[in-house]
Amino acid sequence: MISIVIPAYNEEQKIGRVIRGLFEHGWKNVVVVDDGSSDRTSAIARGEGAIVLQHRINRGQGAALETGDQYALRHGAEAVVHFDGDGQFNPTDIRPAIEAFQKSGRAVLFGSRFLDNRSQIPWLKRYVILPIARWIHFVFTGFLLSDAQNGFRILTRRALEQIRITEDGMAHNTEIQALVKDAGLTWLEWPVEVTYHEYGQGFLGGVKILEDLLFRALFK
Amino acid sequence: MLPIQIVLIFFFIFAIGKVVGRVRAKEVSPRAAIFWLVFWLAAGVIVVVPDTTSTIAKWLGVGRGADVVVYVALAILFFVLFRLVVRQQRLERDLTRLVRELAFKDKDSHV
Repeated sequence: MISIVIPAYNEEQKIGRVIRGLFEHGWKNVVVVDDGSSDRTSAIARGEGAIVLQHRINRGQGAALETGDQYALRHGAEAVVHFDGDGQFNPTDIRPAIEAFQKSGRAVLFGSRFLDNRSQIPWLKRYVILPIARWIHFVFTGFLLSDAQNGFRILTRRALEQIRITEDGMAHNTEIQALVKDAGLTWLEWPVEVTYHEYGQGFLGGVKILEDLLFRALFK
Repeated sequence: MLPIQIVLIFFFIFAIGKVVGRVRAKEVSPRAAIFWLVFWLAAGVIVVVPDTTSTIAKWLGVGRGADVVVYVALAILFFVLFRLVVRQQRLERDLTRLVRELAFKDKDSHV
């Protein structure tokens, strides 16, 4: 059984389409973690037939992912796909990624928008923000992925059992890579398409991540 | 007496009043209360008789009494800040765990 875990915060505009897209591609276990949304995210996700877990207050994307991961583990998932709730990923990418992942025998798959040329990446992101993020990741994790800030991941059950996300905010992405490295888990990168609706986290979001990472280094 | 001394003395009396209030409301343990009372009284002594810090300063090898106060205050502040941050992080983590368990529970009761 493969579970698709989607953290969602105020995504009533997009979550319905995302869930329908996954069902249309044959994915049955769609777990939406509503991270304390003030809109109708939960109601819409339930109406579309997804399994919905609701955080009563907003705890951040990392916290929502961890909730989804634990739920999937408790309900017997053999692998979990991390997917986005705002429609930035393409559901057609999952099947080939899973096949390549299972064939590879690796423990973790990281999606990358740089391994093919489908993603239309704004140039500031492509040439400035993401390269900076990539090197910051390298400093904190010793990992140099082609795409350090990509929320598309697949993890085996065995990998999930060793990865506990404690970074509730957006720094979970770096944390996951650090944990993969610490646990000595094998991994691969795989091309996925990213469609840009908005600018994403923007520069201040990046500063917040760096702040979280420094805190992590100093106090954990 | 300098105006600053009067202002500070009033502030210390206010602070001691707060400590006493917290103890009465049982929000602060007697041990912590004693610490804070001693702390504010010592601060009062230093303000009323500034030469006490000069004596300590001379003994510690620091030039001026006021410098000793600043150094010690900074050291204590950073230590307290560190403890607060650690505690706050623990609170955040516990809060997340609580929210998560509630989400699981809600899910089970909704099936």
